[in-house]
Amino acid sequence: MDGFAAGLWQAWKLVFTFDPDLYEIVFLSLRVTMSAVIIASLIGLPLGAWLVIKRFRARRFTIALLNALMGLPPVVVGLAVYMLLSRSGPLGVLGLLFTPTAMIIAQVIIITPLIASIAHQTMRDLWAEYHDLLLSMNASRAQRIAAILWDGRRALLTAMLAGFGRGIGEVGAIMIVGGNIDHVTRVLTTAIALETGKGNFAFAMGLGLILIALSLSVNLAIHWISRTERASVW
Amino acid sequence: MSASAPTPAPAPVASTRPILPLRLRQAEARRRGKRLVGPVDLELGREGFTIVMGPNGAGKTTLLRLMHGLERLAAGEIRWAVPVREARMRQAYVFQTPIMMRRSVVDSIAYPLRLRGMGRAEARARAARWAERVGLGAVLERPAPVLSGGEKQKLSLARALIARPEILFLDEPCASLDGRAMREIETLLLEARESGTRIVMATHDMGQACRLASDVVFLYGGRVHERGPAEAFFKAPRTAEAAAFLKGDIVE
Repeated sequence: MDGFAAGLWQAWKLVFTFDPDLYEIVFLSLRVTMSAVIIASLIGLPLGAWLVIKRFRARRFTIALLNALMGLPPVVVGLAVYMLLSRSGPLGVLGLLFTPTAMIIAQVIIITPLIASIAHQTMRDLWAEYHDLLLSMNASRAQRIAAILWDGRRALLTAMLAGFGRGIGEVGAIMIVGGNIDHVTRVLTTAIALETGKGNFAFAMGLGLILIALSLSVNLAIHWISRTERASVW
Repeated sequence: MSASAPTPAPAPVASTRPILPLRLRQAEARRRGKRLVGPVDLELGREGFTIVMGPNGAGKTTLLRLMHGLERLAAGEIRWAVPVREARMRQAYVFQTPIMMRRSVVDSIAYPLRLRGMGRAEARARAARWAERVGLGAVLERPAPVLSGGEKQKLSLARALIARPEILFLDEPCASLDGRAMREIETLLLEARESGTRIVMATHDMGQACRLASDVVFLYGGRVHERGPAEAFFKAPRTAEAAAFLKGDIVE
């Protein structure tokens, strides 16, 4: 309990003394995860909708694969991205290893199946409801996808927030591809791992509490902005 | 329902060539190998108010869906006067259970125009006029799914009519409505017919059929048993099944 109280005190001190290192780490965490969520949503949401609407031979296999990829081990993703981006790898020439971009790439790979899979399940119900109406109105495939994405947008926020939750708390992959370099690729989770390793448990706990507060704040802010759970709003 | 609401201007259409008559030749619909409807021979001319009647399971809904293209044609032929792609653009369907999009009333009614590429402001302005016409002018921005049953069916009708279809299929649109809502829907349907929309409607309601029909298609066991002018059908049905149905002896 002492450790927890000390952690709270550390968190309080870091936040209210406007510790520049802390704010740098927080902003980099947000930048990496927000970028990854946006990119993964741009891929995952239309992919989920497309899987709902399009009938093709390997559709069930693709859906099962997508669901299985939700449990992709981040360390393995990190390793794969590391091998791709390392100097001797196929994309080594880009010089992206140990940069925030590499961390974003790894998070996109981890988050996309999660967002696509949740979006697919959400939109499957909506499509069952809209199917006859949209066919009757002669909507094109693109128009059908747009309709269920737009009308299901609030439910799809849940998918995006799940992606954000997974990304902001992820440590294995970004530690490998980012390298946890101070002032370059250090984010909250890798900083917590480092401080724990050094035995600074109170400091690590303080960072952990800030991470939880950050995650809750982003979730609440998005719910507030999108006006979910209010009467007469869909 | 507002009598003073201006009639909305017609939406742009692909061509001026009529899509009717519609001809069905030995048309059949099957599901999992079981024949639901057919073989049916039927012709629908450019004008009129056709009522499709028959006992439960006779195939009324399936026949409407088949003609509209929602049901796959298993055998036979369905031919419009124009290519089928063009015909699909110029017809509409109202479902027995209204399907409400998760949008406001005005955006729901505007949706068919948006699909045809009309700008949002113009589509919403036209939709607002149609909403006024069907009596939904006071609830333009309310989410469509929270409307009452009668309001939902009026919205469905406005959404179907806004693009000025040449033919409108309706599957028991008044099945769960009270007398007042039913009369309001009937008035709208008669106005649509007056402005040139061909109407084909399935119903169980004998009184409604008598009030609206110009001709009747009587289905039994998935086949057309009788087809003719409404007055003759209700006065002197030619088949024993139709006579029994009209008498209220359920023909299952």
